[in-house]
Amino acid sequence: MAIGTTEVLSTPATQSAGPWRTAWRDLRRNKVAMGSIIVLIVIFAACLAAPLYASSVMHLDAFTSNLDGKFTVNGVTGPVMQSSDTGLGLGVNPIGPTWLWNNFFLGADNQGRDVMSRLLYGGRNSLVIGLVSATLCCALAGFIGIVSGYFGGGLDAVLSRGLDVLWAFPVYLLAICLSVVLINQSLTIGPITLNSGSIILPILIIGVIYVPYVARPIRGQVMSLREREFVQASVGAGATDARLLRREILPNVLPTLIVFLPLMTAINMLTESALSFLSIGVQPPDASWGTIINDGVGLLYTRPMVAIAPGVMLAITAVALNLLGDGVRDALDPKARLRGAV
Amino acid sequence: MLRFALKRAVAAVLVLFAISVLVFLIFFATPGADPAARIAGRNASQETLQQVRESFGFDKPLPVQYALMMRHLFIDRDLTSFVNRGVEVIPQIKQAIPITLSLVIGAAIIWMFFGILMGVAATAGRGSAVDPLIMIIGVIGVSLPVYWLGEVVNLMTQSRLHDSFFSWVPPLGYAPLSSGVWNWASHLIMPWMTLAVLYAGIYARVLRSEMVGAMNEEYVRMARAKGISERRVLWRHAFRTSLIAIVSLFGLDFGALIGGAALLSEVVFGLQGVGKLTYDSLQNFDLPVILGCVMYAAFFVVLANFLVDLVYALLDPRVRHV
Repeated sequence: MAIGTTEVLSTPATQSAGPWRTAWRDLRRNKVAMGSIIVLIVIFAACLAAPLYASSVMHLDAFTSNLDGKFTVNGVTGPVMQSSDTGLGLGVNPIGPTWLWNNFFLGADNQGRDVMSRLLYGGRNSLVIGLVSATLCCALAGFIGIVSGYFGGGLDAVLSRGLDVLWAFPVYLLAICLSVVLINQSLTIGPITLNSGSIILPILIIGVIYVPYVARPIRGQVMSLREREFVQASVGAGATDARLLRREILPNVLPTLIVFLPLMTAINMLTESALSFLSIGVQPPDASWGTIINDGVGLLYTRPMVAIAPGVMLAITAVALNLLGDGVRDALDPKARLRGAV
Repeated sequence: MLRFALKRAVAAVLVLFAISVLVFLIFFATPGADPAARIAGRNASQETLQQVRESFGFDKPLPVQYALMMRHLFIDRDLTSFVNRGVEVIPQIKQAIPITLSLVIGAAIIWMFFGILMGVAATAGRGSAVDPLIMIIGVIGVSLPVYWLGEVVNLMTQSRLHDSFFSWVPPLGYAPLSSGVWNWASHLIMPWMTLAVLYAGIYARVLRSEMVGAMNEEYVRMARAKGISERRVLWRHAFRTSLIAIVSLFGLDFGALIGGAALLSEVVFGLQGVGKLTYDSLQNFDLPVILGCVMYAAFFVVLANFLVDLVYALLDPRVRHV
């Protein structure tokens, strides 16, 4: 669907604003979408401030183990790792939430590290991986979808079959297969070497696995665009392929890709967290919300906040992204739809 | 129609073949991925590595290795695990299937029920507070990490509220149907609900957008003009036409879940299903089991795709000529 066709037809020519401006105006009027943007900005800012929080508020490094650490609340000093008060009283438990900003707000994890600091640091990785992989996915899918839909023929056949194969591969299994193979070793492709545990690996893996989900609708859209009158007119006027792609096809596909972006970011963040939860995503000592949930599972029955907090953050971020995505879709392209991914 | 079905079947087989090659390449030909090194351990000596290579046949050319593995998997059906030598792959998968089926079928019934209920209620409640409220619930369902939700459910049912409200919830794990229906179901109720939350959200959202689209169609206006009650318009006209989208989505999701996409739920709830088997074999780098599980998973996804295509072609003859 071309964007804004109906508006252009139904409004007098003197009033017509460009499709982007119309969309932006619609989005700005959408209270839910604007609220989501504010929530996302707050979460982004908080995560960006992670080093500041760890060094100036908490005064504790978030990545080195702190088993012999001490904490002071109301003048009372105690060890961070306390002897267990449940069961047989054997072993030690990290302290639970103090709800004091400067003192283990959410408690400590099994290494005695401050969970709040790690939550903020982890958020950086989760957000970066989600955003970059979604951008990568949309760019790659846009490219494949456009090339395949526009040129058709043998190229389309090869690309479509490739997408079919990826599509038939359950996404989580594909992600897990790739992660298991790649995550524990450094990878060298030509002149580029990726260190093991680099977050570029999860970004690449997650970026690639969802390509068919976006590329298929784009390809279909490009194929139907080719038959449209305005494109045929341009062909008739002698436009080159490059000009057709740049001036006619791309401007009509771009809104769809932009609609996919926030939705894919949400899905990718959830996928990243699931991989990290299975310890094949972000590698220690780095953290992401998924790895912190994984850390928290061992403490689930004694210090549940370690696992609960990152899940809540993940859910809030994903809800905000999904609502923003709905708003962007309503503003730009009501017909775009993503197949519900696992 | 028969020609269409045949063409689709051939394509499906080709996709399965391509997936088997892809998986094989991921594990055997990724730069730096040396299965012998994974089996022998981190600090294995060169001789040990060489021994491992020979005894597992890694020194043969890749196509030969691939052909051998496929022969053992599909023709001789005696492919054995690399890690637990002597343990055959196919019986392991067969053992895991009833557990995954129990999980997925139960969850599917719950999510279809709630997904349809929420989607129809939201469509009927357009213009009131009901619609946005249901859609927000749907978005939250879609946004919750399923494994995290599972852990929180475990926290509540196994620990915090286990002495009061959830005292009927048995310990994590699976009980076969033969041990009694209630015993079987009580082990699965929490996993069912957890898995269903995500999909109910997706289906409610998809169904609502389809139905809202249908409500603006000419035939709905026509039905209204005939004086049919709003309830009948909603169910007989808008709902029925929107069901096609839901059914095809269901086919694909159900296929993927049966194939092991319910892995996270299985890991969290300690169910030894196909997903958990895949996960465990990946942890041990047990290639034959991985290959068996992935082929099994891909089979169901491809089958689901095939059936969905076929149903579509039956319903809409135009599809057959594409």
